[in-house]
Amino acid sequence: MSESTNTIEEFVASDYKYGFVTNIESDTVPPGLSEDTIRFISAKKNEPAWLTEWRLKAFRYWQTLSEPKWPNLTYTQTDYQAISYYSAPKQKKTLNSLDEVDPELRKTFDKLGISLNEQKRLSGVAVDAVVDSVSVATTFKTELAKQGIIFSSFSEAVAHHPELVQKYLGSVVPHTDNFYAALNAAVFTDGSFCYIPKGVRCPMELSTYFRIEAANTGQFERTLIVADEGAYVSYLEGCTAPMRDENQLHAAVVELIAMESAQIKYSTVQNWYPGDKDGKGGIYNFVTKRGLCKGANSKISWTQVETGSAITWKYPSCILLGDNSQGEFYSVALTNNCQQADTGTKMIHIGKNTRSTIISKGISAGRGQNSYRGQVKVMKGATNARNFSQCDSLLLGDKCGAHTFPYIDVQNPTAQVEHEASTSKIGEDQIFYLNQRGIETQDAVNMIVNGFCKEVFRELPMEFAVEAQKLLGVSLDGSVG
Amino acid sequence: MNPPLIEIKNLSAGINGKQILKGISLTVRPGEVHAIMGPNGSGKSTLGYVLAGRKGYDVTGGSVTYDGKDLIELSPENRAREGLFLAFQYPVEIPGVNNTYFLRAAYNEQRKHRKLEEVDAVDFLAIVRQKMKLLELPEAMLKRAVNEGFSGGEKKRNEIFQMAVLDPKLAVLDETDSGLDIDALRIVAEGVNKLKRPDNAAIVITHYQRLLNYIVPDFVHVLWNGQIIKSGGKELALELEEKGYDWLIGKNSK
Ligand SMILES: Nc1ncnc2c1ncn2[C@@H]1O[C@H](COP(=O)(O)OP(=O)(O)OP(=O)(O)O)[C@@H](O)[C@H]1O
Ligand SMILES: [Mg+2]
Repeated sequence: MSESTNTIEEFVASDYKYGFVTNIESDTVPPGLSEDTIRFISAKKNEPAWLTEWRLKAFRYWQTLSEPKWPNLTYTQTDYQAISYYSAPKQKKTLNSLDEVDPELRKTFDKLGISLNEQKRLSGVAVDAVVDSVSVATTFKTELAKQGIIFSSFSEAVAHHPELVQKYLGSVVPHTDNFYAALNAAVFTDGSFCYIPKGVRCPMELSTYFRIEAANTGQFERTLIVADEGAYVSYLEGCTAPMRDENQLHAAVVELIAMESAQIKYSTVQNWYPGDKDGKGGIYNFVTKRGLCKGANSKISWTQVETGSAITWKYPSCILLGDNSQGEFYSVALTNNCQQADTGTKMIHIGKNTRSTIISKGISAGRGQNSYRGQVKVMKGATNARNFSQCDSLLLGDKCGAHTFPYIDVQNPTAQVEHEASTSKIGEDQIFYLNQRGIETQDAVNMIVNGFCKEVFRELPMEFAVEAQKLLGVSLDGSVG
Repeated sequence: MNPPLIEIKNLSAGINGKQILKGISLTVRPGEVHAIMGPNGSGKSTLGYVLAGRKGYDVTGGSVTYDGKDLIELSPENRAREGLFLAFQYPVEIPGVNNTYFLRAAYNEQRKHRKLEEVDAVDFLAIVRQKMKLLELPEAMLKRAVNEGFSGGEKKRNEIFQMAVLDPKLAVLDETDSGLDIDALRIVAEGVNKLKRPDNAAIVITHYQRLLNYIVPDFVHVLWNGQIIKSGGKELALELEEKGYDWLIGKNSK
């Protein structure tokens, strides 16, 4: 039986396939964080005074906080004074077409398999590519604009639609929310902004690819998506980062607001550098994602496939304020080697007849540690609230771990909350069965893992589902003896 | 006489150091059907697993030549790609993995191994539909996950369906008849017969003469305590049905 454990351990070895560094001259501020840094960032971005003040308020609040210690994670604390908080590719003028984009940068996109031109022509996906905190290329904007849809970098939104930004910024994730949210509010450099007007169904999937480029640069994106009454949007976020030795901090904030009968689908495939086999390097991914179902009959769905990062700390949540509103969370989190993930969701039922569904699939391999942490809270007024949660863990080998921490708080007697959990191991009998049909062990493991994740993958848009399956393959890839 | 498809010589094998097979010799030529019978725990499934190369089933002596190659040297997946198929006594569930997707992956592994072009989903569906008719399987089964929630009989039929698609040279059917209702038994057996050709062969493990009425064996072997203690023609199965195993075991345990 020790032999079988070895086999499983053998695929746990995997090389990060996106480890490369592009040489673009960066306009980088020296490391350190003070009110001056924040004023510098704000000035650099020609921001209005209200935003500078908003940042400074967040910074002052952040200084009163200390880093949370409660997640089931161990890591060396970040030195926030050693981070450089601003870095922009040196591109002064606005671009009219993709041809004007720095060829080095285009190469980066190519290596990632994102040809913007192809994306434009073939898949009908508008791509807002964020490299080192500043949007470089935004496509399809004109076509979207015809329907009144605003899809732009955060900076552009601040410049062109300050009233919208000011109205919603921090309305779902206030700067007081947590340590990382406060930090993000103070120093965020860019991100995406999206507004879908009343009754408009966004005709294409909106997509952003994030990359962390310059060495030692923290990445602090901010995404704000507002779907007005009856609007619909599906938003895709995909990420890959180049290989680094130092740990890099990523503390993003995503805010979603769905008005009456509006629907937002937010899908993430996260594949940042997880560190090497011994746990050296890798991204620290501390993200605050929250959606507000503000109006009646609104719906927000989070779907995430988390295969990267050394540490993931992330709980995409839904506040179900409107009556009959719905929240969904579908998650696949894979940890291999020394990766740690503490992820889950919060469903806060406030309105009547609110419903939430949680499907979480955790896969642990190597010495990976995977924790699901989920909260279902039903407030007094949430008559007939319903929740269904299912948390399944799959273990590959016997040095990894899976942990489940469900928190249930029900204050209304008419509520129904169901929680199911399971932990299983990939069976040697399953692998042998597939071997006997001509499928080698590594492919067999991929197949079994993909089958395990099926309920989540089917929530992803087609092209993302394919990518997600490949990523799981890459993450579990290794030599099989 | 045809050269053998598989030649098992004095094969000994154990599980975790426990000796189970104690010197088995068996030669199967193309076009032949061999039945293996024997009491519970005598080592029939073990023989199937050893031939298929299951991990933990270690060969401790003897040799197996399959299609001119040393079978023991091949990995389990390469044995499969070389046309060795095991229909499991207890088929395994692979939750969430679509039956057609899985089978196409298996089919294409075999094609790649034989330097043939892989088939796409559309062409594969045509192949699959044809084989489904052969076994009178409902199409819904294609859309379900591999064996997940299948009834005992459905699992067995799915094994033979996979065999039909993969078209092996040597099929080892481990108690495929157990769990099948009377109609299913006939359909499956007829399916197996239709797949029979002069260039392939089958080893059929069973407890019941009934199956052998449909799939008529050229040879019947009795396995007991890891050894073949008696071989004969198809009449041996009838004799066993009538007399049980005691008369053979009694003689051998002396
Ligand atoms: N993992 C194992 N460890 C130890 N002994 C085992 C193991 N697996 C099987 N055995 C033993 O090997 C012997 C042969 O088992 P096998 O499954 O091959 O029998 P069989 O002839 O197929 O029986 P049946 O007719 O019940 O299917 C049995 O005594 C069984 O208990
Ligand atoms: Mg058996």
